[in-house]
Amino acid sequence: MSRYIVRRFVLLIPTLFGVTFLVFALMRFLPGDVVNSLLGTEATFSEEQRATLRRLLGLDQPIYVQYLDWLRSLARLDLGVSFRSSEPVLQMVIDRASVTIELALLSVIVSTVIAVPLGVITATHRGNKADVLAHFVGLVGLSIPSFWLAILLLLVTTLYIPWSPKLIWINPLDDPVQNLKQMVLPVIALSLSLVAVVMRMTRSSMLETLGQDYVRTARAKGLRERLVVLRHALRNALIPVVTVIGLQIGNLLGGAVVIEQIFGLPGIGSMILTAINQRDYPVVQGGVLFVAIAFLLINLCVDLLYVYIDPRIRY
Amino acid sequence: MSQASPVTTMAATLGDAAVVSPSRPPRPGAGAFMKVVREPIGLIGLVIIVTLIVVAILAPVIAPYPPDDQPGRRLESPNSTYWLGTDDLGRDIFSRLLYGARVSLQVGIIAVGIALVIGGILGLLSGYYVGIVDALVQRLVDILLAFPTLILVIALTTVMGASTATAMIAIGIAYSPAIARVVRGATLQVRQEQYVEAGKTIGVGPSRMILRHIVPNIAPPVIVQSTLLLSTAILAEAALSFLGLGTQPPAASWGAMLGAGRKYMETAPWVAIFPGLAISITVLGFNLLGDAMRDALDPRLRQR
Repeated sequence: MSRYIVRRFVLLIPTLFGVTFLVFALMRFLPGDVVNSLLGTEATFSEEQRATLRRLLGLDQPIYVQYLDWLRSLARLDLGVSFRSSEPVLQMVIDRASVTIELALLSVIVSTVIAVPLGVITATHRGNKADVLAHFVGLVGLSIPSFWLAILLLLVTTLYIPWSPKLIWINPLDDPVQNLKQMVLPVIALSLSLVAVVMRMTRSSMLETLGQDYVRTARAKGLRERLVVLRHALRNALIPVVTVIGLQIGNLLGGAVVIEQIFGLPGIGSMILTAINQRDYPVVQGGVLFVAIAFLLINLCVDLLYVYIDPRIRY
Repeated sequence: MSQASPVTTMAATLGDAAVVSPSRPPRPGAGAFMKVVREPIGLIGLVIIVTLIVVAILAPVIAPYPPDDQPGRRLESPNSTYWLGTDDLGRDIFSRLLYGARVSLQVGIIAVGIALVIGGILGLLSGYYVGIVDALVQRLVDILLAFPTLILVIALTTVMGASTATAMIAIGIAYSPAIARVVRGATLQVRQEQYVEAGKTIGVGPSRMILRHIVPNIAPPVIVQSTLLLSTAILAEAALSFLGLGTQPPAASWGAMLGAGRKYMETAPWVAIFPGLAISITVLGFNLLGDAMRDALDPRLRQR
């Protein structure tokens, strides 16, 4: 087990190097000059001033030197400072990521609580009307774009309920109740497709385990159906479900950007999007690196979780 | 355990498509088509998609107005002249939706085609040659999977300049790891088969072996994955255009129409409601079809 964990960590290193290289290269290919983006293209600033700024930002160095410098500071956990606000990127990433993590976790919790029971019920009542309906509704849930749902939710709340969420971020540490209220609509918008994904996975995985010999044995011993389904089938059906949930958390970290934009949530996706538009290299690099590390670590955790769900798995 | 973790398999967006088993499925053909059509889910999906294709092709004939004409007043509510109302520039929304079908289908099909080519080559090399090639390709796939997809697409479109074409290329590149995973898994399984061994023994070369014997036999899971990926690609284009990074105005793209309509949501909700509905129905069509094809092509699921 510990050898396996070590090996997985070692394998993370080349992947992360690849990510650093990819994001660095992508940023340098972006058309438009960061200095012009900062100072504007008008003649207010002389060529000399522009050159000075370029030197201060380290952009006069050859690209490979810039890359190596960035890697060197990464090794000291220093993500640099924003070209625009001079804020340390690490602090920006922590601030912004906490918003997205809250959003992602709330969405995943809400959708899991709804989806897993639905998946179990449809699997145990396979083929009847409720199952067929759930199948169809699940597909509809997968097909509705979250950003469209978000807009509809905003419309409905403003038209029919004398309440609409504030589109300015409220820190949960300042006002947890207002913060949660603010999260309701974004979480609903993100949860619909998550419910569909998790329900479908639970259903098909349950169908698979319900057909196994040990389930037949459990029934043959005269165990109550409830116990057979929950203790014997569900537990063993959970592995693919946990996998999907883990992947969804990872995807939401970078993928909730449109929802963040609509609801004015200062999440990590929005931060990266703005930074791409402003050619703020260090912020994009730091943000993407954070999302990639989080994604890889979540995957690793899910793999390790298997051991607890299914004691037959040994690494 | 091998290096490929079970977690990184492409369960991400596809729900239980991840359970697709590539184990010796029958070749897709007329029989599979009948099975897809016999299921209500498959039939509805097929009808939606065929209608959509017809609409896309015949848009200039069916549409009451050219997509960029401004025949009406701005933000007219749906009426007998403008069935779905007009947008902020007085353009007929119904006509623009019909033309928008072209953009969505085109982006979906070409993006998935690009993903199939890149992912297919990577997956085949990785699954057929194993060893060092496999290890290298798998690292590449891991890197692309760890890179947040939408951010990758956004960065690529920014690099190449926002347009429908770059949206297709960016989405295609971003989804190629998903295809590579499926192709690799299926190839690994097929290469164990006796007919592959036999072919090797009688001296069939690798390119002939891959093209003639492996590709046809890994087709079913790849077809299923591609159909489901089509819906994801259409959603991605819509999201990009919604953010203003995909199809550029004045071209009619559902995502862009939705993004532009958002501003008038409270006074003229139809401007944003109908494009969203069009996206949902299209994506639903591909999802229904994909589900039905999986049931038809995956013998393991059919037994249940």
